[in-house]
Amino acid sequence: MAMKYAFWPGCVSKGAAPELYIATNRVARELGIELVELDQAACTGAGVIQEQNPELGDALNARTFAMAQQLGLPLMNICSTCQGIESMVQDKLAKNPEYLAKVNEILAEEGLHYEPGLEVKNFLWILVEDLGLDNLKKAVKRPLSGARIGPFYGCYILRPSQLLGKEEHPDRDHYLEMVIEAVGATAVDYEGAKKCCGFPILTINRENSLKQTGNHVHEAQDLGADALVSPCPLCHLNLDAQQPAAKAVTHYDIDLPIIHLPQMIGLALGIDPKEMRMDHHVVSTKRLLDKLAQPVPA
Amino acid sequence: MKVKLKVKRTDPEKGATGYSQYTLDMHDSATLLDALISAREYEDGSLALRCSCRSAICGSCAMRVDKRARLACRAKVIAITGGDEEHEILVEPMGNLPVIKDLVIDQESFWTKIRQVDPYLQPAGPVPEGEYRVPNEAMLDLTHTMNCIMCGACVSDCTVLEVDKNFIAPAALAKAYRFAGDPRDGHTVERLQKLSEYGGIWDCTRCNMCVEVCPKGVAPMNRILQLREMAIEAGITNNTGARHTAIFTKSIVDGGRLNEVWMVPGSVGMFNLPRIMTEMPGALKMLRAGKLPLAQLIPPGAPGSHKMKGMDRVRNVVRKSAMLKPKKAEVTD
Repeated sequence: MAMKYAFWPGCVSKGAAPELYIATNRVARELGIELVELDQAACTGAGVIQEQNPELGDALNARTFAMAQQLGLPLMNICSTCQGIESMVQDKLAKNPEYLAKVNEILAEEGLHYEPGLEVKNFLWILVEDLGLDNLKKAVKRPLSGARIGPFYGCYILRPSQLLGKEEHPDRDHYLEMVIEAVGATAVDYEGAKKCCGFPILTINRENSLKQTGNHVHEAQDLGADALVSPCPLCHLNLDAQQPAAKAVTHYDIDLPIIHLPQMIGLALGIDPKEMRMDHHVVSTKRLLDKLAQPVPA
Repeated sequence: MKVKLKVKRTDPEKGATGYSQYTLDMHDSATLLDALISAREYEDGSLALRCSCRSAICGSCAMRVDKRARLACRAKVIAITGGDEEHEILVEPMGNLPVIKDLVIDQESFWTKIRQVDPYLQPAGPVPEGEYRVPNEAMLDLTHTMNCIMCGACVSDCTVLEVDKNFIAPAALAKAYRFAGDPRDGHTVERLQKLSEYGGIWDCTRCNMCVEVCPKGVAPMNRILQLREMAIEAGITNNTGARHTAIFTKSIVDGGRLNEVWMVPGSVGMFNLPRIMTEMPGALKMLRAGKLPLAQLIPPGAPGSHKMKGMDRVRNVVRKSAMLKPKKAEVTD
């Protein structure tokens, strides 16, 4: 099955987490997924623009949707926050035809038009629903056996569940565990997996934000995790880049690699970690990579 | 049907004492509350729980069911287990509140926070002779919050309260919106000022947990977002939260995509050097790892700031989106 998507990379993969952008493209190529990048689409607003100007957020997202529809392709994102905001805007526009008509008036100036019904999916959902776990397993060249990996979802890919396809896809809140197991690793079951990383309030209430991050990392590490994996680069920024600061605030002795979902898939596909810039994390991924380099335990 | 429960037990004197397991024979239509009452009546009279109306109105029986807060009376066993009789339902008291005994929590801090937001109408000017005339849309907007039954599910699972007991938390903030958002209220600005302080609306991470667990569709986080919008509109912007929104929006309006570098100084205040300095070690670590986006070094709005491709068209959308703003509902005579 040819898999082709309009690709919204999000701000962070083009900014503070370039390794995510690189790893995504590399892994997509390996899996035979064709990505057409929307290089003129703007930020989803991440729920922040929406605090001041929800209408601007709606218009910008509708514009991105329309760009995908112009290509006749479903839309892929690589960020839990983008997914949540995009799903919320889709819901709002679908429920308010008059409002949508006004949004479309604005888009018409660029020759764009949004018609509700576009498929908008995070890479995680694509792996499970479009590629399929069986196909993913078949593509695995280097099973991550022996590695214990904790899932970290990111709030907006989980909640509010009724806007995120819970009815049609009841297992979406287990996909990360399913993918971790499909690539041969063991999923670590810990409470923080579905909680907030704290990133949205990092500048507003630094201590709370870092306590959240520190608690989750500590809990997973305590349960024997070798790494956490996330489909959300915002979570990654707090869990990885802020981990040393979280250590200072919580006094937990934490040192846990945080990897992006495409990086984990790439490792299992046998892609060189350097090609996915896994040497460009704040918390070194070396310990995880060393463990994976050891012979597969019988 | 067979129902298996695993209930967390707490003794007022000894503290947590582990879990009790019950296997019950219940009718297929049983709710979790039915099962718990049955356990108490026939298996173990020492099991403590709170309940009253059994119809999701009184808000007494909120507890954690398989790790999420819900009303036991509104949770059908069969829906929890998916019909799997071997599924052992984990029942625990609500989180973020002290446990008195078993499933009974101490509500004191919950009510203290509700009182903290002055949960009553404070109309401006003299009371009219007749009734207040209020536009339908304004009251419809408040029906979400009026549905709140004070069960505390949102407080139980609030991820901020978990790390900071000072946070006013979702229930009280939704209640605050109930009055701040009421066109009859005359103290809106004072309310918003108070709510913009530490522990208030800007401390919410927008994790949506309260929206997810609320059994009555109050969606407290969405009310918090409405309060933020109101506070900004009222000009209460001299705080980190409002500045965060402002710099974020400015960066998109200016460049189309987020300028991550300027989020910290833009939020905490450009001249707040001590606070900016706390981020320097982290920034250096990011620089070393090649994660500091150097293209974003020029602040949004300044000459030469980073712009995405096709920014002219984004600018046009920014300008035109103003026409999408809904008209404000006002009190009419």
